[in-house]
Amino acid sequence: MIEAPYIVEVRNVKKSFKDVHAVKGVSLTIKPGEFVALLGPNGAGKTTLVEMVEGIQNPDEGEIFISGMQWKNHQYELHQLIGLSLQETRFMDKLTAYETMRLFASFYKLDAHRVDEVFALIGLEDKKKAFVDNLSGGQRQRLALGVALLNKPQILLLDEPTTGLDPNARREIWNILLGLKKSQNTSLILTSHYMEEAEYLCDRIIIMDKGTILAQGTLAEILALGGGHRSLDELFISLTGRHLYE
Amino acid sequence: MNKITNHQLYRLIVAHFAEIIREPAVIFWGVIFPILMAWGLGIAFTQKTGVHAKLAFVRTEQTHDGQKSKLFTALSECSIKQDSSYLVTLKNEKLGDSQLSFFETSSSNAYRLLKKGKVSVIIEDSNLGSKYSFDPSSQDAKAAYQLAVDFEQNGSKAKVNSQESIVPLTLKGSRYVDFLIPGLLGMGIMMACCWGISYTIIDRRSKKLLRRMVATPMRKTNLLIALITARFFMNLAEAILLFIFAWIYFDVKIQGSVSALIILFMAGNIAFSGIAILISSRTASSEVGNGMINAIVTPMMVVSGVFFSYHNFPDWTVSVIQYLPLSMIADGFRIIFNEGGTLIDVWREAVMLTTFGVATFVIGIKTFKWY
Repeated sequence: MIEAPYIVEVRNVKKSFKDVHAVKGVSLTIKPGEFVALLGPNGAGKTTLVEMVEGIQNPDEGEIFISGMQWKNHQYELHQLIGLSLQETRFMDKLTAYETMRLFASFYKLDAHRVDEVFALIGLEDKKKAFVDNLSGGQRQRLALGVALLNKPQILLLDEPTTGLDPNARREIWNILLGLKKSQNTSLILTSHYMEEAEYLCDRIIIMDKGTILAQGTLAEILALGGGHRSLDELFISLTGRHLYE
Repeated sequence: MNKITNHQLYRLIVAHFAEIIREPAVIFWGVIFPILMAWGLGIAFTQKTGVHAKLAFVRTEQTHDGQKSKLFTALSECSIKQDSSYLVTLKNEKLGDSQLSFFETSSSNAYRLLKKGKVSVIIEDSNLGSKYSFDPSSQDAKAAYQLAVDFEQNGSKAKVNSQESIVPLTLKGSRYVDFLIPGLLGMGIMMACCWGISYTIIDRRSKKLLRRMVATPMRKTNLLIALITARFFMNLAEAILLFIFAWIYFDVKIQGSVSALIILFMAGNIAFSGIAILISSRTASSEVGNGMINAIVTPMMVVSGVFFSYHNFPDWTVSVIQYLPLSMIADGFRIIFNEGGTLIDVWREAVMLTTFGVATFVIGIKTFKWY
């Protein structure tokens, strides 16, 4: 197989729900091992865009290639290739963390050995026997991340993986992700409200609003746009007149 | 490497089963509640209940020579006087004892009491005889009248009805509890499938867990089959426990073929699992789900003859009611339990239920919203 230059290629993708144009013609590319943040306020179209890459939504127009393959005819291969966590997924309350992981491992035909490896990776070994509804918010997010990592995905798509977590829990997740980048050359698309998350983790930042890309580049490049802003929020205000957090 | 414990279907069944049995309330609502219901209803409708008749007793001023009327003589001899009432108990071993309360009062007050429904018969008594006034369209009043006349004629020897000719049905298979238990078993399947399966799916959808699961190489049908399988084993355990209770406590017996019973039980589970998948195929709102489940479950609970025979409904409705899934299950169970039925007697029900279940499952899965 020829090594594709891009692991993800999104070409002029559009998606509407009834009257709402959630994504209005977005194109972007991601290289293997690259960490990219999608930043924008609620309703910017981040989740819809990510779900189209994940194969959960079908674009109305445009094309998406992952490792050169498209969802319509390579579903099985692509499921093996990606790992994801959705915004606020809740697992079955009455299963233990270990049982949850075994369940998802079985979908990838993986055994207990890989489950143990992932528990070590996400640092949740002491919570294996805890019921999911007894885990803290941060532990649940780490479990969701663990489930995403089971199949050693080449590309990770995380939708607000640290929303609602305290700074320590957030930093733990960031460190797990940076470790993966080093050890497995994993690519990452991450949506976030947090500028510091994008700054700390990502090689490139894409700012979205109302279904389009407003700006993209490294942090320094973006801040330089329109003449030296001190922060992403300040830049966002100058681009749209609104705060990033709204 | 290909151990069964790594297989997704195995893992899904185990997960769903664990989820069911780890909820302590499940044990109460799934196991103890049906047994309590069987016990309560079985007891309530198995006790012999006699009549309790209330009559107004008006003595008119036609007595002379101090002679007593026949009824008053009987009352003075074998009643207990309490304030202005004469209480009479007529013993009857087969039908249960009957109570008669004769309330002595004035003529005008007697009619007031009748209008208020406190008495059903007015007796105007003199030594020339007793005059009975009552509404002939009221069954209660007629029964009270017959008891009172019998008492007037025979005193404490009143037999209510000729007892020799009465044969109380205590044969196994013909009591109310024999009617009830198969109905409750059928209702258990319906309730457990509709609430258990539908609710779990709707909950998973609203939690976005369905969406998360189909973003893996999981086979979608495996998820639904696992849900249905876990529910089936739970239903089987619940049914066995209810039957054991009915067997020990009420001496309910399976007179027909056990294998036919198992086949019909499975067919019933297939039917209601299919319905459950169809109900929950689209909505993510538990309120909407609630309404839909109730709309399916409540009419069948009322008309399908779980508690009382649906043959009391008008004839044209019976021809529809008998093909409702719950009616077919309950009727089939009764044929096996009480009439010694075998597969020959219930295969039509089993085939129809299975077909119905498969059809609703297929429609459900075609319209199923995974996210």
